[in-house]
Amino acid sequence: MKNKNNIRFVQGNEACVEGAIYAGIDFFAGYPITPSTEIMEHLATRLPQKGGKFIQMEDEIASMGAIIGASLTGNKVMTATSGPGFSLKQEALGYACMAEIPCVIANVQRGGPSTGNPTHVSQGDVNQVRWGTHGDHAIIALTASNHQDVFKITVDAFNMAETYRTPVVILLDEVIGHMREKLVIPEPGEIPVVERLRTSVKKGVDYHPYLPREDGRLPMSDFGAEHKYNVTGLFHDMWGFPNNDPKVVSELLRHLVDKIENNVHEISMYKEYWLDDAEFILISYGSSARSAIHLAKNRRARGIKIGVLELQTLWPFPAEMVREKCSGAKAVIVVEMNMGQVVTQVKNAVDNPRNVFLANRIDGELISPTDIKTLLRMIQGKGV
Amino acid sequence: MTKQAFNFKDYIRPRFFPHIWCPGCGHGIVLGSLLRAVHELGLNKNEIVITSGIGCSSRISGYVDFHSLHTIHGRALSFATGVKLSKPSLKAIVPMGDGDALAIGGNHFIHAARRNIDITAIVMNNRIYGMTGGQFSPLSGSGKKATTAPYSTIDRSFDVVELAKSAGATFVARSTVYHANECKDLIKKGISHKGFSVVEILTQCPTYYGRKNKEGDAIQMMESYKTNTVKIGSKKLEKNPNLIQRGVFVENTDIPEYCEAYDKIIETAMKGKA
Repeated sequence: MKNKNNIRFVQGNEACVEGAIYAGIDFFAGYPITPSTEIMEHLATRLPQKGGKFIQMEDEIASMGAIIGASLTGNKVMTATSGPGFSLKQEALGYACMAEIPCVIANVQRGGPSTGNPTHVSQGDVNQVRWGTHGDHAIIALTASNHQDVFKITVDAFNMAETYRTPVVILLDEVIGHMREKLVIPEPGEIPVVERLRTSVKKGVDYHPYLPREDGRLPMSDFGAEHKYNVTGLFHDMWGFPNNDPKVVSELLRHLVDKIENNVHEISMYKEYWLDDAEFILISYGSSARSAIHLAKNRRARGIKIGVLELQTLWPFPAEMVREKCSGAKAVIVVEMNMGQVVTQVKNAVDNPRNVFLANRIDGELISPTDIKTLLRMIQGKGV
Repeated sequence: MTKQAFNFKDYIRPRFFPHIWCPGCGHGIVLGSLLRAVHELGLNKNEIVITSGIGCSSRISGYVDFHSLHTIHGRALSFATGVKLSKPSLKAIVPMGDGDALAIGGNHFIHAARRNIDITAIVMNNRIYGMTGGQFSPLSGSGKKATTAPYSTIDRSFDVVELAKSAGATFVARSTVYHANECKDLIKKGISHKGFSVVEILTQCPTYYGRKNKEGDAIQMMESYKTNTVKIGSKKLEKNPNLIQRGVFVENTDIPEYCEAYDKIIETAMKGKA
């Protein structure tokens, strides 16, 4: 039976905070920015209550640096931001990729580029999450369309950060961040929580911080524990020491990409609605998915064979899964609030890219079921 | 129990030598002073985290046998802030170059000082960007030659000591690599000080700064640290006020240290008083 005290009426940003607490967050560093600020405000209250640490840093870059430092002492860490701040964090985010430091970054998207449309919704940072930092790398990005799922993917984000020793981006948007709806906090144990994998190498025996085990994982050792080692953003050998030997460089880069891309099936999360017999498939994510689901439900009632594929993992992009799900569809409509960032991925993934269409909205307003319906009717040859 | 004699091999990672510094570079003397300071303080190597940014000076972190974190350009203090606040029992030492500390990293420098978080920043001031080949830094001062100032610099320089003081650092000191023992003593004091400590050490870059500005070889540059500097308040200043002063400029133990102050926040929060 559900404990009534576990039922809340909250903003999406608070659902993210609750998920972080459930996952065992120890440390948060941040800088105020709309529309993510509530995440840091709530953690400023919540973290010290459980003996955790919160710090408001002097800028976005410093916030990213601080969480990386705190992760290395053995803590679960997070920062939160929005577009302009996410741009500033990119160099340090790449550092976390290279040095393989578990950390979670929430980006509550607003309209961009530049200062853009701070209090309005957008999904324009999807590609920035993938390629914002320089150089080849892999990244994990999760998103959700309702607060129960925001909670869940936040726990997943912390779990994946530990499992793959990588930064994980929680990509929310202004509507999800600020909208209020019901959240039921799961009981402890309902959602698995992954703890840090620490080395079993004993004191006095050489510990190689960057020598993967057979399963590809790299057990860590906390700063302050018995093993002293080097962490750097330069290409490095198994000791963590700078090394530009071509073999070392190529092996490390392949490892950084493969550890994520080869596990796309593990990392990929999605939800599907009425896909079994769907002739028309709406692919969406975040707040746009709410309108997609609403429209599909409405059209189903009128006998149209339409379904929704809601992506919760945007990166690594689940191309194989998308291809399979769309194989029988007459048309695929990607519903998103940008100029077409996920639609490009879908076109690359499916067998027949000419049947993939974009229903978008880029004016700071939430895309509506009617916006999607207009495109659907055109595809159906029914006119608008 | 007699204290063990200092042996630098106890404190370095021989596997990672030789170091990358040019012949005549002053940074090795800073490294030596730092290791002697750690030895004389009797610190356990496992309780030290050395965090650095990017540049010649920042390579120190890889050579020492402590927990070492070689980060990105200018941001070392922010990473060190995360290390220290998350585990205050660790000693946080941050060796920085002048460009690293006060150009790209200037914001973090003043805010770490303002917070008074217990980190020791060692600013290795050679007045030039060495690793990238001799561009002027915010410490070069006007009228100097650099690859990016072929006609001479027009930028004025910061005074590290004055900047640290006004930003609220609670321990501020300066020395030079000519005065290696003084260096060691000031680093010891900086590490022992509870709060944000800044130790500026003038160190020569004969390869770029010295050559471009006709300041001679490494030995001549080191000798200039002897002749151009004096202890704080020296009578020599009356005749020549332009001499650079060395010693401890600020030692203030009245300001609460940041991590200790946060522990009190935790106490309050746990009692449920928001």
